[in-house]
Amino acid sequence: MLNSLLGALESGLLYALMALGVYITFRILDFPDLTVDGSFTTGGAIAAVMITGGSSPWIATIAAFLGGLAAGAITGLIHTKGRINGLLSGILMMIALYSINMRIMGKPNVGLLGETTLFSSVSPLVFMPIVVIAIKLLLDLFFRTELGLALRATGDNKRMIRSFGANTDYTIILGLSLSNGLVALSGALIAQQSGFADISSGIGMIVIGLASVIIGEAIFGARTVFWATLAAVLGSIVYRVVVALALRIDWLEQTDLKVITAVIVIIALVLPTVQRNMKQKSTARRRAAEIAQTPGQKSVGGGF
Amino acid sequence: MLKLTEVSKLFHPGTPDEKIALIDVNLHLRPGDFVTVIGSNGAGKSTLMNMISGVIKPDAGEVRLGGVDIGHLPEHRRSKWIGRVFQDPMAGTAPHMTIEENLAMAFSRGKQRGFALGVNAKRRGMFQEQLRRLGIGLENRLRAKVGTLSGGERQALSLLMATFTEPQVLLLDEHTAALDPARAELVTRLTQEIVSELKLTTLMVTHNMEQAIRLGNRLIMMDGGRIILDVDDTKKRDLTMERLLGEFERISGHKLSDDRVMLGS
Repeated sequence: MLNSLLGALESGLLYALMALGVYITFRILDFPDLTVDGSFTTGGAIAAVMITGGSSPWIATIAAFLGGLAAGAITGLIHTKGRINGLLSGILMMIALYSINMRIMGKPNVGLLGETTLFSSVSPLVFMPIVVIAIKLLLDLFFRTELGLALRATGDNKRMIRSFGANTDYTIILGLSLSNGLVALSGALIAQQSGFADISSGIGMIVIGLASVIIGEAIFGARTVFWATLAAVLGSIVYRVVVALALRIDWLEQTDLKVITAVIVIIALVLPTVQRNMKQKSTARRRAAEIAQTPGQKSVGGGF
Repeated sequence: MLKLTEVSKLFHPGTPDEKIALIDVNLHLRPGDFVTVIGSNGAGKSTLMNMISGVIKPDAGEVRLGGVDIGHLPEHRRSKWIGRVFQDPMAGTAPHMTIEENLAMAFSRGKQRGFALGVNAKRRGMFQEQLRRLGIGLENRLRAKVGTLSGGERQALSLLMATFTEPQVLLLDEHTAALDPARAELVTRLTQEIVSELKLTTLMVTHNMEQAIRLGNRLIMMDGGRIILDVDDTKKRDLTMERLLGEFERISGHKLSDDRVMLGS
């Protein structure tokens, strides 16, 4: 039991970078980006091929990050310059990346057993908390810079930030790029931890990312960027714990994971809406009763 | 300053829905001009604003600002010189970001946005100073999300954000129309104060005839995509509502038809 929890913590941290990437597109940019399913594999593919080719695992990991940046930038270009719907841009890039990933790897699976990886000398449980916290804090800082504010405003009110001189095409490309860079980085780390890169490793990754972001928000809240990024990281860990617990149920198979994930996302998306509606109704009922009980008084508006 | 020469714009050209938005419009704003714009629904007032700010591009004609042809620059590049407040109080601010973050974004108008912090101690002090001028207590709520403000507060903030970097041209697109009378009056008063203090060259579309006559030093009237009347400083001083309406009917041949036009406030 403890072992499986530690395992869940470890993968939660490894996938947390992917969740942060999904947070950037899904929450900050308000852009459902399906590139993720492809760019996650791209990260693993680049890292695995470079490591087996004799590169330092550090350089291979950084190259994977750069590969993700490029993939995201292309999705951004397709969407902004080609004026193709965001969802479709991501799907097109995801499909294109399947072929590209195959070209990079040359075969559907590249093994890393016996190779020197980032985790050869240090356990992920020691290494990952440092990396994840550092990246989370860097992101928080970035979102407070002038450029970061413009990026956030792009997802919040495009018309407004354009009227203050920001090129929203550029901020969208930047956000998608950064997001997919993190996703690919996560893919590279997962490949090194699990000992292989696989062409199908990214399938359903966007849903897992969404699950992490939404679970995190539901449990830890997202009042500020600081809390929202923290929630994405913790959400990723909670998701892995939930999955680990679910897999202990006898009649569930490993392949049931994706349907479990989909159900978690649906519940996490529906619950807040239902809660809000119920709260609104009860508030309205209470206010109506209050107003009815104060005779002769007209409704009073708030201050200016 | 701002000069539109023979500017025309058609929507859906060559289709049964073809609509003349602007036709052969000539307008010259001198530095410090405060021009109010009135006209019927579909007269081209909003198109004129969008034409100047760069949301739409002219089919024919020139838009020049300070001698530079800006007619084909995209909106985000023109906004270096042009400040704008929209009719919708939701449009001019980012609701999920704080007051100080919104001000920081406005402060970066026309500058290269880099990795400097948007809000630092020095800027925060300056933002507070600016907010105090509005006189509605926003200076004590720097970290409040803008989405939690009332429509009037948001519009006052939008006005401040559009003006405190002193743009060369200020566009006000019926910016008080969505507010209740008391709040509209407050935003109007703030507009007057800010425009005269910073001597901003301003173009203000309004549905409120009384306001159009009372504010500014010049009034233009639009109909069917044309500017049909341009009242200058001296004539505007003794303009009355009756004369304005009479003038409109005489030139355009029909009554000023706008279900939202208000004769007074």
